[in-house]
Amino acid sequence: MKQTAITKKISARALAAVGAAAVLASAFGSPALAQRDPAYAQARAQGKVGEKMDGYLGIVGSGDAQLRSLVDDINIKRRAVYADKAKAANATLEEYAFTAGCLAISRTEPGEKYQAPSGDWKTRTSSAPERDPRCP
Amino acid sequence: MRQARQIVAARCGGTGQRGVTGRMLALLTPLCGAAVLGGCISINAPDKPIVIELNINITQEVIYRLAEDAGNTIEDNPDIF
Repeated sequence: MKQTAITKKISARALAAVGAAAVLASAFGSPALAQRDPAYAQARAQGKVGEKMDGYLGIVGSGDAQLRSLVDDINIKRRAVYADKAKAANATLEEYAFTAGCLAISRTEPGEKYQAPSGDWKTRTSSAPERDPRCP
Repeated sequence: MRQARQIVAARCGGTGQRGVTGRMLALLTPLCGAAVLGGCISINAPDKPIVIELNINITQEVIYRLAEDAGNTIEDNPDIF
């Protein structure tokens, strides 16, 4: 009887701790780790956009005005981030962007598009993507 | 006009050749006219496609130096990568 009371007390405390942790995580984690916009995620999965060698997003095929605006918006944001980081690392914008492009191509998932050194769009498979020989 | 043609033909080595008819001369005259003025420069289109390599100046050394930093940047900005 006494034992059950203790167990209950512990479990209530544990539950409170878990709840507090969840509140903290949501408070600190949400702005920096915002996920992809659903339209962007869908365009990637459908192969309508792809990762280019220069570190920016490209439209595969013709694309409509809505997709172009989505891609432009992301590329403007990427450029701003590259510019900041390149300055901090004593590199040029192009150098930093190209390096990020190497890595972004590596991180594509099967089915997504990327630009091969030939300039052509390729669909990522389970094997390694075709990348510039300078890529790390 | 006829005189001018003859002069042009002379510069291009065509005059006095009995085989060259008036019509042929008329056809050749505009070509030779350009040659007289410009000095016979011929430009041929390359048979291979012109590839512009924009990132040629980026060295592997720099890319390796930036790789870790760029990887962190991608992870810190999941909304735009």
